[in-house]
Parts: sequence; structure tokens; C-alpha cells
Amino acid sequence: MSTSFIVVAKRDCPTCELVQPVLREIAASGAGLTVYTQDDPSFPEGVDAVDDRALEHSWRLDIETVPTLIRFDGGAEAERTVGWDRGEWGRVTGLGPLGSGLPDFQPGCGSKSVDPGMPEILEAAFGSPPLAARVIGVSAPEDEHEACFARGWSDGLPVVPPTPVRVLRMLKGTTRDPQEVVGAIPPNNAPCTVEKIAINAVMAGCKPEYLPVVLAVVEAALEPAFAMHGLLCTTYFSGPMVVVNGPVARRIGMNSGVNALGQGNRANASIGRALQLLIRNVGGGVPGGIDRATLGWPGKYTLCFAEDESDPDWQPLSVERGVAPGTSAVTLFAGGGLIPNMDEGSRTPESLARSLAMSLNAVGHPKLVKSFDAFLVLSPEHWRIFKEGGWDRARIKAELVAATARPGSELVRGAGGVDAGVRPELVEDSMTKFREGGLNVVRAGGEAGLMSAIIGGWAASGARGTIPVTREVGT
Amino acid sequence: MNEGIRLLDPTAETSPVRRERRTPPPSLEGLTMGLLDIGKARGGTFLDRIESHFAGRGITVKRYAKPTNTRTAPVDLAQTIAEEVDVVVDALSD
Repeated sequence: MSTSFIVVAKRDCPTCELVQPVLREIAASGAGLTVYTQDDPSFPEGVDAVDDRALEHSWRLDIETVPTLIRFDGGAEAERTVGWDRGEWGRVTGLGPLGSGLPDFQPGCGSKSVDPGMPEILEAAFGSPPLAARVIGVSAPEDEHEACFARGWSDGLPVVPPTPVRVLRMLKGTTRDPQEVVGAIPPNNAPCTVEKIAINAVMAGCKPEYLPVVLAVVEAALEPAFAMHGLLCTTYFSGPMVVVNGPVARRIGMNSGVNALGQGNRANASIGRALQLLIRNVGGGVPGGIDRATLGWPGKYTLCFAEDESDPDWQPLSVERGVAPGTSAVTLFAGGGLIPNMDEGSRTPESLARSLAMSLNAVGHPKLVKSFDAFLVLSPEHWRIFKEGGWDRARIKAELVAATARPGSELVRGAGGVDAGVRPELVEDSMTKFREGGLNVVRAGGEAGLMSAIIGGWAASGARGTIPVTREVGT
Repeated sequence: MNEGIRLLDPTAETSPVRRERRTPPPSLEGLTMGLLDIGKARGGTFLDRIESHFAGRGITVKRYAKPTNTRTAPVDLAQTIAEEVDVVVDALSD
């Protein structure tokens, strides 16, 4: 049986430098030695080396450390050792003690083929990456960012060009098969694979570790109860809003604090944007096409934040919605428009509830009821007032809904000199603002500021349109 | 300069990768024909023959020329052609 050896080395490795005399010894023994050098074809001195600066051989040989010595018997790998260990090298080569005068042992260095980001580059170049998406070539003089704009792939802001290497890195963020079909994206109901989601997540600016959250968001958006198709088509302002609960929010660095609804946090910004890009690119939902929003709102670029779960007295939104405590989940809501409530005067929960109810009643239109859901984003300072009064989530919601009650005489068409309003026959009724279950509360925001935000739902809230959907985050 | 970049299509892949050709008109009758000399040697000779063929069929012809074959047509020339004619024949001769 023929025996041969391969050594993979690089000059930029003191251990590889150290073993140069050993490599010459092995070569001189006539044992059939091939040395692959990762950085300098003239290294090692005194031994003919194969230039592997492209790292193809290193990648094919699955090298993690240099030097690596591999013995082949009859053309098949029999054994390998990494770094320098006199006993091991002697045993693997069968040449007995080698490297007289060298220390007995010295650990090796990292292979260039496993430098950060390199495995995906090498897989894309030399392997069979699990990608099925059509490849679109952009010629050298064309700017790749402009190319993405020109092809209509952008929401108006630059996207990260989805190269195969970037998509491969993104796919490392999930255990799911890239070719698994997650669902059909409206409006065109185009089948959407994990790979397509990864491509759009790259474009949105996501990191691979966000991908499981993005997948859960997409799955939630495709639940029939969410009515994504209708939400997209509406003339109303709304678009999907995402609330993230559970440990994943901290693990990926999401913002639930200062400026939680604003700019500046990569995970918040890119996860919400990924869904919108998918609807645009895979689903074909384009403003002016099937998206008929009269005005839209900036939340349609992205609207995603984490709930502040720092206070154990507060029941997280996901737990209220049936997810086990400590389990990560996303909740999608059809949000359109932000109504501020800056109440620096209320000191009792009763006063604050009545105050917030005044703003809640303005959702959609101050004289319309039961049409629009809402999310109250309760700030820490407003929460403190409720907490000190002994109110928990359920109590806050119940009191807020009760405080929205108004007599029909104020709401009927013509009341207050405004033609809009509820039907005249309701004049004797007392009406609260929301349908059953239509008011939701979530906690977020910076420590300072006696103010909260109301995100209004859309005109088709509830069974005839969108119901908020919660989905656990997988892997 | 980079050697070009490969991107993965983020769409449902229902449209062609390359821009689709425009459908040729069913007839040239009543249309104005533009003949664009891209500036290569003897391109004008070729276009002279084309022009005589079209003229013989009663088709109105306008002639244009790029300043040099080594660069793309100036935007102003492209816009002038788009403004003045219905169809264009590019002469590429070598």
C-alpha cells in the first residue's frame, strides 16, 4: 500500500516556521510529501510547496490548524496531527524521532481557511452551496447598490447586496433547510423558501443570529388571522408592527428602552425591514401597485421593538398571549400611526387611565368606535404610577377600556358639528372604544419621561381584518 | 476595478433576469426610422445602403452618429433620438 503525506502550513505561523527542518527531513526521506502553503509560495524553505493562497486545498482538506500533517495510505486519509508534537509526527510518519533540537511540543496556529467569514467564501467558491436562487450578474462598472435600486429591490433606502457568500452566512443563523417553503407571500402568493427569506434579510441589514426571529415574523405574517394581503392593499396607514419577547431580544441586542420606537438599533431596524422587503420582492407588493395606502407612514419602512421585561411584576405580552414564560416569541400587529400621550400631571392610576383613554379615543377617528384596535406602549414612568397603585396588566387594560366609555350623544353623526360618527340609533347608548380584545398593552421606553405612545390599528381590526398573531421563535 | 459581482435574486423569479426586448412594430408604415452610426469604420457605408432601401419603401429616415465608438452614446444624443424617431437601426460594422 502506497503511503504519502500532506502538510498544510503558512509562513505567518511560528510553529510552521519551527518545523521547516522537519519538512525537509520528511522530503529527504523520499516519503512522498506535498506541502501546501497558505500565504507564501516560497515557504517553507528547502521544500517545494504547492501555492494554496486560494485556500481551495485547505478547505477541501478541512484544515483548522496549521501545521497539519496528514498521512494517506492507498490514497485515503489514515491519520492527521496538528501543531508540532515530536512523538506524534514520528508516529504518524513512521519515520521515528524527527526535528532534533526542536522543543518537544508547540501548538499550531489558526488556518487561514477558517478566518472569520472565510468558510462561507470558500464554500461559495469551491463547494456546492445549498442555494437555488437565480444568480444575477452585475458587471464591473455598475455599482452594486445602484444595481439593486435599478432592479426595484429596495424600499427606497440602500440595501446590502445579497451576494452568495452573504446569504450563506445568513443561512448559518438557522437550522432549517434553505429550500423549505415557509409559505406563500402575498399579494402574488409566491412560494417563499428559507433561502429567499435569508436573501431579503441580508438586504435589510440583518445579522445571521436575527434570522430565527425573521422566520417567526414571516410565519406570523402569513397566518390567515393576520390578513397580510388585505393589510398591504389598504388605503389606511397601517403596516406590520413587530413586538419581540423573551430571551432572544437580549441575545441579539434589541432595544426596548430609550428611543425603542425610533432609529438606531440594528436588530430593531433590520428585522422589521426584512418583512417589508420580502413582501415587496417575493410577494410583489409595491406601493402604487397593490399597496394603495393614501399616505402610509414611516413605520412601513420598519417597526419592530422588544418589550421591556425587566420588571417581574409585569406580565410580558407573549405570556398574556399564551406563550410560556422564558420562551421567545414575536407578536405582529397591524399598526398605523403614533398618538403621543404626554401626561406629567397624573399621580394616580385612575387619573392616568382616564388621561390615556382620551388619547385612545382618538385612534382612527375620535367619533368612531369598535373599528380600530390599538397598542398602548407604556413607558416606565407611566407604568410606575399604575404599579404603585397595585394595578397589573389585566387591571390596566380593563380600566382603560372602561375609561374610554362615552355617551352615544357625543358620537353620533352630526354631534359636535362633525358629520362623521356612529349611527344615529346609537344616541342613547354608552360606548367604549374597542372591540372585545382590541386593546393591547406593551411596555417599552426610556426611564425618563411621563409619556406613552399609542400605535393605532387599522380600520379592519378583528375578525373581518387583522387579529394580532403571536408565534414562538424557533431555531 | 472589481470583476463584477454576483447577486442572488431576492424575488419570486417571475420576471426575466435580462431586460426583455421591446416588441418590434408590426409595420414600419408611417413611422420614422433612425439610423445610428456608432462610429466604426465603414459603418456609414452600411447605413447608406440601409437608408436607400428604407427610402425606396417610402419610410422617413433620420441619420445620427455617435462621436466615437469607444464610448456609449451621450445622454443628449440618446434623448434626441428618443424624441425624434419611432425605431432605430444601430450599425455595427467590422
